[in-house]
Amino acid sequence: MSFNKKSPWILHYDATSCNGCDIEVLASLTPLYDVERFGVVNTGDPRHADILLITGSVNGQSIPVIKQLYEQMPDPKAVVAVGICATSGGIFADCYNVEGGVDKVLPVDVYVPGCAARPQSIIDGILKACDILEEKQKALKGR
Amino acid sequence: MMLAVKILLIIIFTPLAGGLLTGFDRKISARLQGRQGPPVLQPFYDVLKLLQKETIEVNPSHRFYVYVSLMFIILTALIMLTGGDILLTIFVLTLGSIFFLLGGYASQSPYSVLGAERELLQMMAYEPMMFMTAAGLYYVSNTFFIRDIVNRKMPAIIYLPAIFVGFVFILTFKLRKSPFDLSLGHHAHQELVQGISTEYSGRSLAFIEITHWYETIIALGFVYIFFAADSIGTHILAVIVCLIVYLFEIILDNSTVRVKWQKALSLAWLVSGVLGTANLVVLSFFNF
Repeated sequence: MSFNKKSPWILHYDATSCNGCDIEVLASLTPLYDVERFGVVNTGDPRHADILLITGSVNGQSIPVIKQLYEQMPDPKAVVAVGICATSGGIFADCYNVEGGVDKVLPVDVYVPGCAARPQSIIDGILKACDILEEKQKALKGR
Repeated sequence: MMLAVKILLIIIFTPLAGGLLTGFDRKISARLQGRQGPPVLQPFYDVLKLLQKETIEVNPSHRFYVYVSLMFIILTALIMLTGGDILLTIFVLTLGSIFFLLGGYASQSPYSVLGAERELLQMMAYEPMMFMTAAGLYYVSNTFFIRDIVNRKMPAIIYLPAIFVGFVFILTFKLRKSPFDLSLGHHAHQELVQGISTEYSGRSLAFIEITHWYETIIALGFVYIFFAADSIGTHILAVIVCLIVYLFEIILDNSTVRVKWQKALSLAWLVSGVLGTANLVVLSFFNF
């Protein structure tokens, strides 16, 4: 029986985002969108989290932080890149300090494009990540 | 044989009831905030998910404390629900809380150590009232055994209204509800990360959650003792009062903000000191 789908706990990290996507992530917790109806809890703690939600492109300063957060999360875990900056670097891709999208550092499972990503698409991304968590759980059991 | 069945039933049904209450808590909280909220069975989904997940251990003793804490809390539930000694119930409950606290210190993470220190302050705040409750119940019934306290002609609440109010006040600490959710609350996610449970993951975290379900029922069990007497009606009334008190705590949780530890401590001691002592003095004046 799968319970990963029913209680995805998310950890939200702002790599170098302009806060546009962060506001939309928080907006999906508000009464209008209410992502908690799917059992989502916004934890601030990597040890409790199932899904790492990253906004903004990555740079030299945020790479070690992202790696550490990812390593601290228990298996099975999924990564969701929220916003066009996190998926490819967006308009900041050519900046001297920007490495590119999150996939330069971590294995990204779901890309949620948009500037800023809309709450509906963020919720959709989280639910897609739940399916991936489920597959990863099965793979862990098979090992 | 009867006792063994009873023990088994208590061990199985206490966390189920506690989990359901937590589920209703989340649903009602969501409705109070104008949201739809998670399903009522959400706490069970959470725990079953955590049981499947990888358990990361920070050091060897880390997990040990959580398991021992759960063991003592189960023992507390057994003593209380089989009608044992109320003093022993309070002592074993405290021991369980202390092992949980040591688990916070064991991980060496600054967040969980800070959480453990706040938990210690919370224990300082609520323990005097726990003993005041036991003393008051002894004063009116001349016995520490719960099965005798709930079998008297008149419910204890008639003699101990002020102590009951004081107990409901410290119940907020025990249930980890705002305004006194300093060390680890369900809404404290961003302030202290997750307090004592910061470094716990997977199975250990699931056990922390189950421990909290037991604690919820034990805390409401004390409310029950105040209202139960030898007639069936008072027992039904006691259950209804337990639910009303829990609903009150949910509404309080959603309408107040977390206070600083100085205020929590002084307020708790003031309330326990004034209400507890006044009630005991009045009782001794009428010489019950």
